[in-house]
Amino acid sequence: MKKTLVFMFTLIAMVSLVLVGCSSDAGGDDKSGGTDGGDSDAQDTLIYGRGADATRLDPATVTDGESLKVTQQVMETLIKFKPGTTELEPGLATDWEQKDDGKTYVFELREGVKFHDGTDFNADAVVYNFERWQNGSDEDNFAYYPSMFGGFGDESVIESVEAVDEYTVEFHLRDSFAPFLKNLAMTPFAIASPEALEEGADEFEKHPVGTGPFEFAEWDKDNKIVLTKNEDYWDEGKPKLERVIFRVIDDNSARLNALKSGEIDLMDGTNPSDVESIEEDDDLEIYNRPPLSMAYFGFNVEEEPFDNKDVRVALNHAVDKESLINAFYAGQGEPAKNPMPPTVDGYNDEIEAYEYDPEKAKELLADAGYPDGFEMDLWTMSNPRPYLPEPGKIAENIQSTFGEVGVDVNIQTYEWSTYIEKVTDGEAPAFLMGWTGDNGDADNFIYTLLDEDAIGSNNMSRYANPDVHELLKDAQTEPDDEVRMELYKKAQEIIHEEAPWIPIIYSEEPLAGTANLQDYVPNPTGSEPFDEVSFK
Amino acid sequence: MMSYTIRRLFMLIPVLFGVSIIVFSIVRAIPGDPARTILGTKASPEAIENLRESLGLDKPFFVQYGTYIKDLFAGDLGTSIRTNTPINEEIWQALFATAELTVVAMIFAIVIGLNVGVLSAWFRNSWFDYIVMVLALIGISMPVFWLGLVLQYQFAVDLDLLPTTGRENVRNPVTAITHFFLIDTIIQGDVSQFIAVVKHLILPAAALGTIPLAIIARMTRSSMLDVLNSDYIRTARAKGQKMFWVVYKHALKNAFIPVLTIIGVQSGLLLGGAILTETIFGWPGIGTYIYEAIQARDYPVVQSGILIIATIFVLINLVVDLLYAVFDPRIKYH
Repeated sequence: MKKTLVFMFTLIAMVSLVLVGCSSDAGGDDKSGGTDGGDSDAQDTLIYGRGADATRLDPATVTDGESLKVTQQVMETLIKFKPGTTELEPGLATDWEQKDDGKTYVFELREGVKFHDGTDFNADAVVYNFERWQNGSDEDNFAYYPSMFGGFGDESVIESVEAVDEYTVEFHLRDSFAPFLKNLAMTPFAIASPEALEEGADEFEKHPVGTGPFEFAEWDKDNKIVLTKNEDYWDEGKPKLERVIFRVIDDNSARLNALKSGEIDLMDGTNPSDVESIEEDDDLEIYNRPPLSMAYFGFNVEEEPFDNKDVRVALNHAVDKESLINAFYAGQGEPAKNPMPPTVDGYNDEIEAYEYDPEKAKELLADAGYPDGFEMDLWTMSNPRPYLPEPGKIAENIQSTFGEVGVDVNIQTYEWSTYIEKVTDGEAPAFLMGWTGDNGDADNFIYTLLDEDAIGSNNMSRYANPDVHELLKDAQTEPDDEVRMELYKKAQEIIHEEAPWIPIIYSEEPLAGTANLQDYVPNPTGSEPFDEVSFK
Repeated sequence: MMSYTIRRLFMLIPVLFGVSIIVFSIVRAIPGDPARTILGTKASPEAIENLRESLGLDKPFFVQYGTYIKDLFAGDLGTSIRTNTPINEEIWQALFATAELTVVAMIFAIVIGLNVGVLSAWFRNSWFDYIVMVLALIGISMPVFWLGLVLQYQFAVDLDLLPTTGRENVRNPVTAITHFFLIDTIIQGDVSQFIAVVKHLILPAAALGTIPLAIIARMTRSSMLDVLNSDYIRTARAKGQKMFWVVYKHALKNAFIPVLTIIGVQSGLLLGGAILTETIFGWPGIGTYIYEAIQARDYPVVQSGILIIATIFVLINLVVDLLYAVFDPRIKYH
């Protein structure tokens, strides 16, 4: 018994000691980045908080944004997106040219660039990477390559990639392919060190080696990924930070607490309801990611009564987008009218949106043969998506405005992976969905989401229109950009009239960060390199 | 005692076998195709089909289970679908992180819960007793994630005394040796690091420990009340023993057995509570590991993770049963 008593008192003593220890040395040690060296006040470490860890750090094999955010710091593409836009600028290629036939592209590569392992970046490295994807089998799960370039091997629009000399590469395409350059700028097509790849894909995805502004240093799973400055980066004076650390904090509110207490400097996954309080806080700032994503209400056009175009148009008048945006997006975003956001070239701004007008909706429904309305199922997902922060409540709002025009809505909620499976298979009569663009090209929205080729994958409305199909197919091979944009504008007109969707919002993603962050410009594609970022 | 322990250990085998079957079935009963979840909305149907095949998801249920059990006997917990890394390699760090958190949370719960319960029984029906028991009731009913966020806001954001999330100061990380950061920092003799680690532990441990604390307090109180009314206590008092010694020495010893049972059960349950606490506090433990795996339909991690938690739960119960004999000489195992 004595032993137990002694044990217990020791424990009490230990706990009190701990408590005293913490109160006498109040907080603060997590506060500034300069404390670790102890010799400087300048903050040189950026800590980025997010909701989930990366899965694998080989960008060619993943599709999750969390992995791509990291690899974008470590590896670079031939062409880059300009900060804050989807316009193109030189990356590892300094210059490029499309030959007369429209099927050949010649790239001049940047000279004197080295991979983090010390090997040279040159034409052979580019060829090596493209051949790796090109000869990919599905086992390798190169998810983006076949979807952006039409398939592997003979199915791919890329016929061959040739090293002309040490710093010149030539791409031969099977057909002229308009989205080609924008596709090349996508993070999954970043150039990896061939020598590091030789050591095996399993090794590479745990330790990526590229030419980027930061080098991979450490990965503590489900906790943090540490990147350090690439001292030999080709773009002199960059990067300005010594380290970038990606931290996982699952819960949105907890992540915001961590930001407020200075443990992280920048975070995504801000609750829209928190935006106002962050804006009022002098130490914090909201950084809006320009919209390249949108949310929409989709009709399954194969199912009654939504096979009737008039019903779809009528219901387009029955959604109050303004109040949805104010209530659930904290006003961060714009009411949508087209199947792609205005940041994408070819956006048709002449189209007039269907106004919110319950009376008109009722009339149109009566004209369509439903004077007493009808009953319908609306599907939604249980978990928030970037473009649908509160899917359940948004569905309820639509339920109430549809109710006003006599349409009784039953809401069906499914967990995300079930949802996507069932909606893709055409099981949902009406559903909420959204899309985040990959490269800012119109093809990546309209063709991907509403062409008949995409039924069974991303065309969840199962909308098929031969005119739209022809326009979109022509646009893919049209070399003249202006003509191409006209084709997309026409397609948008037809789609507007036929109304397979109720476009809801072009949503901006609010990121929250400390106010002393400098030159952080969020890119619409969902991630950006931190080479320019510093602290005031 | 020895033979009893060995027998109990052998009984683990059917229990874990049962657990593995249940977990294996439940995980597969969750709707949602892991291949599709992993590859995302942008992957082609062929890529999804191929991944299903390479993961063996196209095989019949019993074939999948058979392979899993065969691998388990070979000491192979499987490979994480999400990260493509053997679970054997990944899970240890997470387990150590969770162990550190739960042990501290349990010490917090036992030390405070036991003492509060004893004092409540001693001064029963006093204002102290009433307040404590009301607080205990609130503590039991408090959702862990909510308590976690409130603690964070109050102590980290508002008062700025403690960090909100994580195990260490990320700007100045701990060099892991044993992966028990309290021990690691002591080995390295780094006092400021040790204090940083302690500070990171306080809030999550308090959040995690609150429910067991409240339950232990209530159990101790009722158990002590029974004992304090018994004859031998009156005798001890009549002999002129100080009340403090009567309570802590004579009464607590007999009142402790039911409390010990509760402590055992709660220690096991803490591992479950850890999933919520860890996601709130960004604690890279087994809870976060399983949580992320569930999100990604990472079947192997979910089933092996739960199997390991179940094993620990059963082992803790065994230890508690053995401890009965230590605290009460009347209990003997043969």
